[in-house]
Amino acid sequence: MHLAYPAVLAALLFSVGVYGVLARRNVILVLMSVELMLNAVNLNLVAFDAWLRDSLHAGQALTLFTITIAAAEIGLGLAVVLLLFRARGTADVDRATALGDPAESAAEETPAGAESLKGRAAA
Amino acid sequence: MNLALPVLVPALPALGAAATLATGRKVPGLARPLAVVPVAVSAVLALVVAVQLGTGQVLDTGTRLTPTGGPDISLGFYLDGYSSLISVLVGLVATCVQVYSTAYLKDDPRYPSYAALVSLFTAAMLLVVYSGDLIVLLVGWEVMGICSYFLIGHHWETADARSASLKAFLVTKLGDVPFLFGIFLLGADAGSFRIPDVLAAATDGRIAHPTLVALLLLAGVAGKSAQFPLHTWLPDAMAGPTPVSALIHAATMVAAGIYLVARLLPVFLLSGAALVVLAVMAAVTMIGSALCALAQDDLKRVLAYSTVGQLGYMAGALASGDREASVFHLVSHGAFKALLFLAAGVVIHAAHTNSIAAMSRMPGLRKRVPDAYWTMGIGLVALIGLPPFSGFFSKEAVLTAAEHAANGDAMTNGVGPASAVPQAAGWIVLVSAALTVLLTAAYSARLFLVAFHSPAPLVTAGTAAAPEPLDHEADAPYSPEPDEADPATAEPPAMRWPLWVLAIPTMAFGIVGVRSDWLPALLDGGSLRPSGVTAVTGTGLAVVGALLAYGAWRSATARLGAGRPAPAVPGRVPEQAGAPAAEVIVGDPGRTLLGPLFGPARHGFGVDRLYSALFVRPVTAAAQLVRFLDREVVETYVRGSGAGANLLGRAVRLAQTGNVQTYLSALLAGVVLLAVLVAV
Repeated sequence: MHLAYPAVLAALLFSVGVYGVLARRNVILVLMSVELMLNAVNLNLVAFDAWLRDSLHAGQALTLFTITIAAAEIGLGLAVVLLLFRARGTADVDRATALGDPAESAAEETPAGAESLKGRAAA
Repeated sequence: MNLALPVLVPALPALGAAATLATGRKVPGLARPLAVVPVAVSAVLALVVAVQLGTGQVLDTGTRLTPTGGPDISLGFYLDGYSSLISVLVGLVATCVQVYSTAYLKDDPRYPSYAALVSLFTAAMLLVVYSGDLIVLLVGWEVMGICSYFLIGHHWETADARSASLKAFLVTKLGDVPFLFGIFLLGADAGSFRIPDVLAAATDGRIAHPTLVALLLLAGVAGKSAQFPLHTWLPDAMAGPTPVSALIHAATMVAAGIYLVARLLPVFLLSGAALVVLAVMAAVTMIGSALCALAQDDLKRVLAYSTVGQLGYMAGALASGDREASVFHLVSHGAFKALLFLAAGVVIHAAHTNSIAAMSRMPGLRKRVPDAYWTMGIGLVALIGLPPFSGFFSKEAVLTAAEHAANGDAMTNGVGPASAVPQAAGWIVLVSAALTVLLTAAYSARLFLVAFHSPAPLVTAGTAAAPEPLDHEADAPYSPEPDEADPATAEPPAMRWPLWVLAIPTMAFGIVGVRSDWLPALLDGGSLRPSGVTAVTGTGLAVVGALLAYGAWRSATARLGAGRPAPAVPGRVPEQAGAPAAEVIVGDPGRTLLGPLFGPARHGFGVDRLYSALFVRPVTAAAQLVRFLDREVVETYVRGSGAGANLLGRAVRLAQTGNVQTYLSALLAGVVLLAVLVAV
């Protein structure tokens, strides 16, 4: 099989992932997009490993590593999302801006958010 | 000789000053003994050192203090007759002043610091007198300057005292800067800062730039010894307490400049030009200050101008090449001027005013302060220079020196060749000194007559019994001193007996110069005996001056008594335009004698105004320019950098939205950019 097919497929997957990460609002979907990007890379690794006929199969070994780490990462990510949702009642990335610089206009809104955050943490 | 003694002489007052400062606040009872005892002991030790040293001997010892790469600085003594004599004078006057101050500043809360400063000042003066090294001498010189600054500003609550202390400090520093360079140049030329080495170099003619050195040193001397054109600080310095005026501005600090020139006279003798400059300086100072003294209304200012004039005499004697006469006059003047100031302090306490016009309106002032009345009379007669008081002999010594110098055989007494002194210097000094004798007699007589002998004012009996506090003359410069003493109580003994102690040398010190194996043996061994012509001329001029003042005073008081009616309320400004209030109230012989010169003389011939126009205002303008540059230009840059960083920060803050996806977009853009850059 020509190398172009998996490479194009991987590029497409990666682009979809990038789009998802940058454009989706739901955190779960963002995490899924990250997975898409990882798997695009995995696909590339396996394809190039096969195409280069690497006797050590380093690409495939690295893919196994990536899958493992991606599993751990998604576990952590989902935990974060769960906590975020518990604290905020939403899984919307656009609204989780508490760490940003409070702009002059948003100055009066953020402390209230912080208060509610504290209250929920205490509860 | 045991070296511990001369070490202790300057060290004791310094230690006393430290102890007074350390304990003054906690144990106020200790302040008085700690102030008086070290100074008194040091005075006794100075006398012992002088006796042990004897006549014609020189103690020259020292240890290297620090290597400088150039001439070394050493810590050591150079004691001869001059330093012995002056250290005894300093000790005597300082002790009298400390004792007097215990009573004069009895209720002053700042007495401990005052006493400590006086002690420190004494130590510095003794250091100057004893030091064998020019740099160490300079240290004492500057310590005196700063002590003087603090003491003049003792009553810093008043604006007068503040500005007077600043003025004294700045004007003397103005002289000290060239003085410092003069010392450096002298040390570099002579290859040593040690006084004996410098003198040896001067005798061998190894000083390469004698005129420059002498003129630079003269600037410092003019500042310290209040010679024209740097004399203006001394009259204003009268804002300090009276004992300070007695100690610093009559007997010691101003004498330091004269002492220094006497010490380094061989250097000055190398330069005829410098001697002529010194003579002109002395002549202008003498005549100008005597005219000013004749017009002053403030008792202390009269004495201050008189001090300036007498220092002019000493400088004149030095310009004539006779340091013996100069130091002789220094010592006798130190005694009688300290006496005059201390007596003036008593009178001021009693009269509650500095103004002699106001004193003249107080009946019975001379009965109220008999000690001050008599001792002041003695001091003034000595100032006039009538025989047999000390002032006569010392003044005649100066006149004789000037006469010899004018004839071309200056009495250098082996310090240098007689031909080293230009005849012109002698003539300048002789003529101006003779004129000053006349003026001195006139202002002394005026002071005494107006202050103590004015006829009782023509006011009603009720006010005569309790004279209300009268103001000084409206147009006269005046240096008042806050003073809480009760005029009704008599002065304590501590304020009276120092007067009589000082009256003894005032009366008797003069005769030590008569025999050449008395005082002259201690100094250079010349003659201090008054010579016939100048003695007769000088005394005659003095008598004429005193008589003139008396006559003018008689006619003024007679006009006062017969002519216009005395106003019922003294101090009320009369209606007639132009006539100052004082003329109506007081018969002032100065006004008659000086005529049109009176107004300018009262204000020091406008020298202060001239300096204010020439120096003070340009400096203020420059300061304002600097202030503008600092506030408006330099600070704009500083503020601009702050504002710029702020603006930049605000721009950067815009990027920090808190939205993760924005950050990731920027990250991606960066990665793409890097990738493209690396690829291309």
